[in-house]
Order: sequence, then structure tokens, then C-alpha cells
Amino acid sequence: MELIELENICKSYRIGEMSVPVLKNISIRIGRGEYVALMGASGSGKSTLMNILGCLDRPTSGKYYLEGEEVGSLDGDSRAKIRNRKIGFVFQSFNLLPRTSALDNVIMPLAYTNASLSGREAKARAVEILKRVGLADRMDHHPSQLSGGQQQRVAIARALVNRPPVLFADEPTGNLDSKTSVEVMKMFEELNGEGITIILVTHSAEVARCAKRTIQIRDGEIIRGIFGQEEEAS
Amino acid sequence: MTLGSTVVSSVRALGRNPTRALLTTLGIVIGIGAVITMMEIGNGSAAAMKKNLESMGANTLVVIPGTPRMPGGVSQGQGSAVSLTPDDCEAIRRDCLNISAVAPVVNAAGLQFVFAGSNWTPRQVVGSTPEYFEIRNWQVETGRLFTQEEVESRARVCVIGSSLVKEVFGGENPVGTTIRLRNVSFTVVGVLKTKGANMMGMDEDDVVVAPWTTIRLRITGLKSGSATNTTSSASTSPSALYPGTGVAFFPEQAENLEADTLLVPRFTQVDQIMVSAIRPEMVGAAQMEMTALLRDRHKLGPDDDNDFWVRNTAEFMATLSSTTTLMSNLLLVVALISLIVGGVGIMNIMLVSVTERTREIGLRMAVGARSRDILQQFLTESIILCAIGGIVGILLGHGAALMVNIHLKWPIESSPAVVVAAFLVSASVGIIFGFYPAWKASRLDPIEALRYE
Repeated sequence: MELIELENICKSYRIGEMSVPVLKNISIRIGRGEYVALMGASGSGKSTLMNILGCLDRPTSGKYYLEGEEVGSLDGDSRAKIRNRKIGFVFQSFNLLPRTSALDNVIMPLAYTNASLSGREAKARAVEILKRVGLADRMDHHPSQLSGGQQQRVAIARALVNRPPVLFADEPTGNLDSKTSVEVMKMFEELNGEGITIILVTHSAEVARCAKRTIQIRDGEIIRGIFGQEEEAS
Repeated sequence: MTLGSTVVSSVRALGRNPTRALLTTLGIVIGIGAVITMMEIGNGSAAAMKKNLESMGANTLVVIPGTPRMPGGVSQGQGSAVSLTPDDCEAIRRDCLNISAVAPVVNAAGLQFVFAGSNWTPRQVVGSTPEYFEIRNWQVETGRLFTQEEVESRARVCVIGSSLVKEVFGGENPVGTTIRLRNVSFTVVGVLKTKGANMMGMDEDDVVVAPWTTIRLRITGLKSGSATNTTSSASTSPSALYPGTGVAFFPEQAENLEADTLLVPRFTQVDQIMVSAIRPEMVGAAQMEMTALLRDRHKLGPDDDNDFWVRNTAEFMATLSSTTTLMSNLLLVVALISLIVGGVGIMNIMLVSVTERTREIGLRMAVGARSRDILQQFLTESIILCAIGGIVGILLGHGAALMVNIHLKWPIESSPAVVVAAFLVSASVGIIFGFYPAWKASRLDPIEALRYE
């Protein structure tokens, strides 16, 4: 059983009377522990694909299996639950809560977890993860007191706090300078080394090079990387 | 999301912008504060009135003579008629079922009260029977009340109010001393307990109470009857009323003579009849009973107006309090309008806040918040805002009422029910006016919200 399996995913938006296809029959498989870069120019459909993969959006047709569970046709609340438990998001613009400490930012997703941990357990878990991303000494700082790289690391910690099997990063280095970009990319590599599946959305070839596998998408179709690297090599 | 963590995150969200939260809730603070102040002052005056009423006796009824009409329909002043007799009083005692005590009352005002070298004009000189004290719920402080025998024998005894003790006797015990009222000497047999001011602000303790027979026959004399042709019994002397005691003023009238004599002007009349009903809720029944009885006794036809009035203390209070009630209701309406205005302010700011925090909403949805959670969070925020506003308003309102109490000496009364109601109203304002913004927030699309600039 693969971690992610897409079968003939189509997505189209209605603009007035017309239906505009954005994704055309996409089928891919992503295994556990992979480090995938999703590349494409703007308007290619990569954001839409990422939204579907991240359970933020539903495909018009086709099937999406996440850990063997069909999630493409779930309703909003069930998808919210999936996002909470199985998916971590890292955004280009960090999206941290302003005037809220790094620690509280990391704890935030735990509030939406059903089997809610006690306050102390939640805090302990957040502290542990912040240590892991190297921010043990910055836990009480507000986002405005942190550098861009530190903010992004807080965001990564937040994405990981529920121990999801897969992490989506949407242009994670888009707002960072090259030095901190390297830092953040290194962090992803480390996390991948620990077994977390990472799916990186980017239009930068340099960033994509860090990934072990690149899926390129153009005009709603995958033009490269449908299969894993091993299969391509053979 | 659990309620506890919703509350915590709502408080944090509000704490991120404390000035705004404060200004937003100011409308609620002012509205609730106004409501609380109004209610406390209104309740205070109502309670003061009720206390006065109870000191008067809550189940008391007073029968007073009516306002006779001149031929042509011109009404004369109240009390100008002489239509109540001691016989009426006895008939009420005998025939009315809902009555526990009846006392005739004779008033004599403007009399000089003389003791040794000092004199004083009591506000009221009342002539009645011992039942008067029962009806008015008035006990004796020192000495004793006068007795029914003393009423029957027209004894020159009196009980006096505490103000007189202070003014005339300089606080000394007056029991046993002899005083004079219009050159009639009386022995003071008792001092009444202090009652304080009545609801008109008049001193109730500035009073002399003596047997009505003594006052009527030895001091005031008899009023010449006007418009008395409705009465049934021609005349009553105290000796007829209380046979076997006292002195007969006139020889007994033979029965046939009595039948031949039509409507001789009344000999004795009383100024009021005070009645107490057996229970406060029987006041209405007692009033109806007495009206029917007196109409019958006064031989009034179905079309005739009553030649007497029956007043009960509840009516009296209703008249007094209606103005106050109207005023406080009007102010309450104004306060409620200000609450609505405050609620609109809350809604406005919550809408701004939802727009401002679109990305936060998107993020929360992305990490697993259901739309229900978002709705809950924003609703909780506005409820907390309003509840805090309500609490501050309750405190401020109570403070304002206290200031009024201290500086203007108005009576106030705070009641837990009003406080709870005010709190619930403010929380409801939060729910009502916070719902739309919260609903709007919960309907956001996470993808759009995350992308919102």
C-alpha cells in the first residue's frame, strides 16, 4: 500500500457557462519516506494538485487514496480531520499567528485533535518538536521577534506537531534569502531522513534539486516523474 | 475543539488587541451599567414604598365619606359628606366575612397638646378603638394601649407617638402624666413604637390616639350633617352602640315614635372606617363586600353613586408608584436601545476582525479546524467580549447606584436576579450580534482564505 495514490484525478473550474479543466487525468503514486518536488510554472495546475493532495480541495472526478483510505470524496469535516491527523502544511508566508509565542503557535493544531491531550502533554510535545527544529531557546518569542528562517522553522514544527506521515511545503523558501533557504532545505532533508514523506511545491529548479524525485506538471498534465526514480532508471 | 481550549484561544485572540476589545465592549458596558443603575434605583424606591405600605398594614382598607353632588352635578370636596356612622362600622364587623378588624376613626387636627410649660401641635389627633392599632400593625413601646371599656366610657386617656415624647417630654417617660388637648385633660397611658415617615414623607410618630368617643364627644363635637338623607338609621348615640355603659344623652326613643320619625340628622358620625382584611389577597373581596353592604345600608339605588369611597393601600401605592414605574421603564427602554447599539458595534468590529484574520482562519482550517470550530471560536470571542462588558457594566452600574445612594440619599436595592439577568442579556447580545460574523468566518474557503492578502 502506497502512502498516496491518485487515480485519474480531474479537476475543472466553472467560469460562467464554461468548464475550464485544470487537472487532466492525473495518476501518481508516492511511497512512504519519499521526498518529492512538485514543479511547474504558474498556471500549470500544481497549486490545484497540491490543494487536492492536501485535502483542502476535492477533485471533480477520480480517486485519491491516502494511506489506503479514499479521501477525495469526503465531506468538509472529515477532510478537516484528515488534515489534522495525517497532513502537515508549511506555507510560503509562514502564516504564524501574530503576537502569539512560538510555543503557542506550535500547540495550536493540537486544539483541533479529537483525542485531545492535556495541556501539559500538548506543551511537552510542542517543546520537543521546537527543540528538534533548533528553537529551544526561542519558544517564548513572538513571530515579529524571529527571523524569517526561524519563523519558517516554527511553521515546520507546527506542521509536525501531530506527527503526520506527510508534509506539504508550498514554496517554503519563497520568502527567505538564500542562506536561510539552505538552512530550511537542510531541515527538510533531515526530516526526510527520519522517515517523513515530504512533498515540496516549487517553481525553482534549485530547490527541486534537493528532492529525490521531481514531478513536473504542465497544463494540468504530468510530463515527468510519474514513476519513482528507481522505475525511471530501469 | 473542546470548550476550554476554545475559550483560551478566544481570550488570547482578544488579548492580541486589547484596546480594540475595550472600545468594542464599551457600548455593552454603558448599556448594562445604565440598566443596573435604573433597576437598583427603581427597586430601591419600590422597596421603600413597600416597606411603608407594610408598616401601614398591607391588608388595610379605608372607607371614607364620598363627594356629594350638588343639584346640577357640581361635586363638592372629598370628605365633605357626612355619611359614615359607627353603626356602619358595626355592620361591617357583623356582616362582612373577609374582615378581621374594623375601627372607626375620628380625626381632629390642629389641636394644641399642652404638658406643663411646653406645648406642641401634633400632626394628627386620632380617635379610634383598640382595633385601630391592630389594623395599623402598631405596638406599644411603654405603658399600654387604651381598652374597649375606656372607649365605651369615653375615658380621657391617650397613647402618644414617639415624636411627641421627644418634643414635649424631652425623652422622659410620659406614662401616667396628665396632658391637655383643647382644655380637656388626658392621662397618657402608653407610648407607641416608632414608625418613621410615611410614603408622603410625613412623620407618623407625631400623633395622639385616644378613644374616638372621647375625641368626638368631648373635643370635636359633631359635624352638622350635609347630604345625609341617604342614611338608614336615624341616629346613634354611644349609649345605644355600647348599651349598659356610659351616660345616655337622651331618653330612649319609643319604638313607635322611632317609626314615625323620618331621617333625623345623624347624631354621631365618623370620619373614616379602617378595616383590615383577613389576608392581603382578600382585600378585593372585602372591598366588594363592604361596598355592597354600605350601599344597602345607605339605601342607594342602582343608579346612585356611592356616597363613600373604599380605598385600599395597594391602590394607594399603585397610584404613587405608577409615575416611578413609568419613568424607570422609559429609562430601561433607553438603556436597552443603547444595548442594541452596543451590539451593533460588536457585530461591526467582529466583521472587521474576521476580514482581518482571514489568513488565520484559513490556517486554522488547514491544520484541521472544522467550520463548526471556527464558528464556535468567533462566537465565543463575541460572547466573552459582551460578558466582560456585562460584568464591568454591572460593577459600574452598581457603583453609580451607590453614588446616588450616598450623595442623593435615594434608596437603592440590588437584587441577584437583576444581576444575573443583566449578565444573561449581555451574553445574549454577544450571541445575537456575534453570530453573523462568526457564520461568515466559518463559511470561508480555506484555499481562498490562505491566499488572502
